[in-house]
Amino acid sequence: MSTTATADAGAVRPRIRWGLPAYIVLVAAAIAFAVIAPKTGYILNISLQATTYAIAVLGLTVVLGLCGQINLAQAAFFGLGAYAVGLGQTDYGVNFWVCLLVGTGIAAMFGAILGASTLRLGGHYLAMVTISFQQIVTLVLINWIPVTKGPDGVRAIPRPVLFTDGSAYLALCIGVLGLLGYLVWRLRDTRLGRAMRAVRDNELAAGVAGIDVYRTKVTAFALSAMLGGIGGGLFAGGFAYVSPDQFSFAESVVFLTMVLLGGVASPIGAAIGTGLLIVLPEWLRFLKAIPGLYLAIYGAAVILIVLFMPDGIWGFVRSRLDRFKRPSAVVAVPPLQLAGGGTGAETVLEARDLSKHFGGLKAVDEVDIAVRRGGVHALIGPNGSGKTTTLNVLSGLYKATSGGIILNGRDITTLPPHARTAAGMGRTFQNIRLFRSMTALENVTVGAERPGGPVSGDAAAVVERARAALAFVGLEHRADEVVAGFSYGHQRAIEIARALASDPVLLLLDEPGAGLNSSEKVELRDLLKRISARGLTIMIIDHDMTLVTEVAHHITVLNFGRRIADGTPADVLAHPDVIAAYLGTAPDAAA
Amino acid sequence: MDLVLQLLFTGIGIGSVYALVALGFVLIFRATNVVNFAQGEFSMVAAFFMVMFSVKLGLPYWLAFIVSLIGMGVLGAVFNLAVYYPLRHRTYLPVIISTIGASILLANATLAIHGPEPEVLSGWFDTPGFLVGPVYLDSQYLLIIAVTALLVVLQYWFFEHTLLGKKLQATSQDKEMAALLGIPVALMIMVTFVYSAVIGGLAGILVAPVLFVSIHMGATIALKAFAATIIGGFGDVTGAIIGGLALGIIETFGAAYVSVPYKDGFAFLVLVAFLVFRPQGIFGERVAEKA
Repeated sequence: MSTTATADAGAVRPRIRWGLPAYIVLVAAAIAFAVIAPKTGYILNISLQATTYAIAVLGLTVVLGLCGQINLAQAAFFGLGAYAVGLGQTDYGVNFWVCLLVGTGIAAMFGAILGASTLRLGGHYLAMVTISFQQIVTLVLINWIPVTKGPDGVRAIPRPVLFTDGSAYLALCIGVLGLLGYLVWRLRDTRLGRAMRAVRDNELAAGVAGIDVYRTKVTAFALSAMLGGIGGGLFAGGFAYVSPDQFSFAESVVFLTMVLLGGVASPIGAAIGTGLLIVLPEWLRFLKAIPGLYLAIYGAAVILIVLFMPDGIWGFVRSRLDRFKRPSAVVAVPPLQLAGGGTGAETVLEARDLSKHFGGLKAVDEVDIAVRRGGVHALIGPNGSGKTTTLNVLSGLYKATSGGIILNGRDITTLPPHARTAAGMGRTFQNIRLFRSMTALENVTVGAERPGGPVSGDAAAVVERARAALAFVGLEHRADEVVAGFSYGHQRAIEIARALASDPVLLLLDEPGAGLNSSEKVELRDLLKRISARGLTIMIIDHDMTLVTEVAHHITVLNFGRRIADGTPADVLAHPDVIAAYLGTAPDAAA
Repeated sequence: MDLVLQLLFTGIGIGSVYALVALGFVLIFRATNVVNFAQGEFSMVAAFFMVMFSVKLGLPYWLAFIVSLIGMGVLGAVFNLAVYYPLRHRTYLPVIISTIGASILLANATLAIHGPEPEVLSGWFDTPGFLVGPVYLDSQYLLIIAVTALLVVLQYWFFEHTLLGKKLQATSQDKEMAALLGIPVALMIMVTFVYSAVIGGLAGILVAPVLFVSIHMGATIALKAFAATIIGGFGDVTGAIIGGLALGIIETFGAAYVSVPYKDGFAFLVLVAFLVFRPQGIFGERVAEKA
């Protein structure tokens, strides 16, 4: 993503405008202070440790804070960077910068491999696998003596030219931290950052909104490892000596505590947490007199933070500051453009012999569906008839047991959800699935960013389109509010706006009327008619027959996973099988 | 051949310990859908209880054993109340982090109270072991294997044939439904934590005479046991036992034929191999989240 693009995206968040100059001044002042201020070796060491640790903790801000994935091996990645800089210079005579680059690369590579092998699975696996990796790295550092020098560690690690002086080196580290902190700060509002947050809030919905969930997670993990590697490399230069015990599991826990204490959501939290946990223990040195007490307090602190301050110190401060935030002015937006799938064959979606079996249960049994372009196609049936399962198979959340699905002339039967979205599928969920900690606008922006969409790649146009979609459902004045605070009906509308923003070829709506009160249902019906009037093809599941008969042009009826009727509303609703399915068979006159 | 038999015996013995700890993992996972990262520390703490009561206070071995297990039950209850229960409505991530915090707290509080010196705990029997043909059968290993086998049978009976067992199963499968049917879910979760702490502790006490009693033993055992649960298939009791035994054997043979310093690394390599090629484990259940 180019810098201009991020700057435009920043326009949505006005506070960034004064934030950047202030930030630059702050970092410059810190650098100047590091160079000019007289300091003892002790102060220099503490500062170096805090700065390099903070870089590694930034990695956890990315992977845990933005993406919601746990990493308990940050010290191992830190160690990989540190040993690369140490061994590379002392044993192989390679230049400092090359070593730093290689170390960062190695860390990122291991991060990607580790992530790629486990991120398809749940978070528990990741936690354990990262601990395992941490243990293996420690074992190798201790035991592979010919290369790592074993428990003795690596001594006399030089610093790069121009930065051999302690103060100059500290200034360098602060500069790097300042730059990386800025990048992580801005990452939040880039496409990747939004994707990470969407994955964190709701993986399923993220996939359906067009995000490649797996790749996003692996990227977050690799970025985290990379930041760990950079921090470690600088650490090695700062202290001139590294040994295996500096990169043990205990240190990974220290990193984790730092990010939790400061607040996982922001690089500012990372800086606060690191600073506090480096300085505090120095004041509490007497604790170190009793081995274990110090880490025991760390452990207790972790539990207490999770219990009582889940957003960390900065999260707490932020929630106080946000009260004073001015609501941003409503910007005039152009009306939402919907291509409605454009022109093409008369059939937008064709499912043939579609089946989904769960063990012996045939939830969907050889169903044929043909959705005509520009119409509203309703899929109805009694409870348990397989409607939602059909929708899940169509949108890729379930793999079809057999049969094929063609969307706009393209076979999408085997594609994962995000690829189907890229191919033009949009959907909403029966139980609303929004990215709950993100604003309405951010939620809809994720939809607008779908690959293959009308504006994908142009950040300014994406945001404008998202605003237009919000305006379409009448919520543009609340664009910057977090969605968790919206009413049920409005959350439903935001979910529809998210799907609309991606300009789908076909919009799948799973019981949009469920849980709405009567006035909200009237609004929904009007909304559906407005969408349909724009030429967008809709496939809707709902139990509300009034709603269905008012909006639908074509109805397919399922019962026990089989299609029992298909045709125009008048024909279908008069069909004896349909009446039987809904009301039961008429009793025999004789009985 | 003699060496192979000898290694097999040792492997099964050490594998039984992993299996016991893995059982604790599986039970808590089934009841709460959360992995308890402090499960290994239960074993470590129990071993230190045993050292305290038997070596320091001079209680008879059997009495120290019972008192230690009672202590573990109390610890399990406190653990549930302080670490899991307040977080039960949050996602798994805070709970994982909280149990990791508890694991660090337990290990280091033990270190602070006891000091860093490892302790030696004598075995249950006076006879250290005997020869059967070419194979030397260590009496403590025999005890470990016997206790594990007995516990597995008892546990099977308990879950399948008692009302409390059925209630626990119901709780683990659907907490809301169980609550609607009048099962005291909070109590069931409490029972699970207490029981898991006790069998984790039992594993620790049994293995203590074979290893040194040190504050590091918990972390090592927990990682191996977790690997065992993945190899066996997560959430599957039989799988945890087979996985534990397999891991013990792999590790013993690896140490004998490949490398001693990297002995602890084999478990992790096997773990990663399983995650990549067969993440659902031998007795594979679903691992993906439900749509």
